[in-house]
Amino acid sequence: MGETALLMLGVGVFAGIAGAILGIGGGMIITPILTLGMGLNIKYAIGASIIAVIATSSGSTIAYLRDNVLNLRVAMFLEIATTIGAIAGALLTGVLDPKYLYLLFGCLLVFSSWNMYRKLRRGQEVLQRVEPDKIAAKLKLNGSYYDKVEMKDVDYQVENVPAGFSVMFGAGVASGLLGIGSGAFKVMAMDTFMKMPLKPSSSTSNLMMGVTAAASATVYFFNGSILPTIAVPMALGILIGAALGSRIMQILPSRWIRIVFIPVLLYIGGQMLFKGLGVHF
Amino acid sequence: MADKPATAKEMAQVETVIGRILQIGVIFSAIVMAIGLILFLATGQSGYPGDTLPLQFGAILVGTWHLKSFAIMMLGIYCLILTPVLRVVVSIYAFYREKDHLYVAITTTVLIILMIALVIGIYDK
Repeated sequence: MGETALLMLGVGVFAGIAGAILGIGGGMIITPILTLGMGLNIKYAIGASIIAVIATSSGSTIAYLRDNVLNLRVAMFLEIATTIGAIAGALLTGVLDPKYLYLLFGCLLVFSSWNMYRKLRRGQEVLQRVEPDKIAAKLKLNGSYYDKVEMKDVDYQVENVPAGFSVMFGAGVASGLLGIGSGAFKVMAMDTFMKMPLKPSSSTSNLMMGVTAAASATVYFFNGSILPTIAVPMALGILIGAALGSRIMQILPSRWIRIVFIPVLLYIGGQMLFKGLGVHF
Repeated sequence: MADKPATAKEMAQVETVIGRILQIGVIFSAIVMAIGLILFLATGQSGYPGDTLPLQFGAILVGTWHLKSFAIMMLGIYCLILTPVLRVVVSIYAFYREKDHLYVAITTTVLIILMIALVIGIYDK
């Protein structure tokens, strides 16, 4: 029992460092390690992973708050969609055949590696032209943020609120179902659909992750999917790892780490897909 | 302009408070989890028969009082889950101070959804 706890602590530290450097939630790394590496039932892996998401989100939001770029109103309004989605997702995990969980997780990892590749190729941010939007004005979603590079306040407007809200519901389902932060989907809802600039999108998404995960984690907690011997050392490891990771990030060029990590994500994604399809080597 | 609430400055204060709450919540739950884990590793006993876990509030609190390692670990996990919930509660107060009734309603809705999650979790076994 003692070895398991130490091993989990180690996995947590690794996931925390990797998450902080790569800008992805610990959840994406934890579930494959626990299921493929250690043969744990995927439902318990998801339970441990959602706790890791809360630890990561609460830890990193503190840093974002200092930067003053997030949009609290956008976060709160869209959290209605993500929390409902997260509860639906958590309930779905209980009834779904684990085979489908592996398949979905595999697809998610493949998508994430593509997304990371896309991020690498993205150039300078250009503020998109946005038509004045009635719903956005009514909900006071337009905001401004301070751009550190350009050293000035940037005002922005958002549009297409219903589409963003729907994508957020989907992001919530994915988060609850697979025990991930689903930050990539949240950023997509704000940046691609609502035309919000990338910086406030990503910090707002980080803030939302914790609240979204709290909704599904509550369901998992009370239905017994969260095993303390796994979740506790893992969460403690994540907190240590995230603190170390943010230090390491200041020294190492994150671009190169991303380039190395893309094939790793693809490989793990493939493994999860094979496991879901029942193919063995 | 005079009776318009000082949004930017007030919001900045609110964000500082939210950050502090997250910080305290995370540190507190980490300490509780660590105590439970150390106790479990030292005694090798969960305090419960077989693979059972304490899942009700009452059982967790009573178990914590009796220094059962699993109860303390579960309490720590629950405190960590509550950290973002607490953030929602503080935001409701912040929007209320700002006299933004629309956002008091929106944020309260989020809190109600989180409470529904609690009820669903308890009955979904």
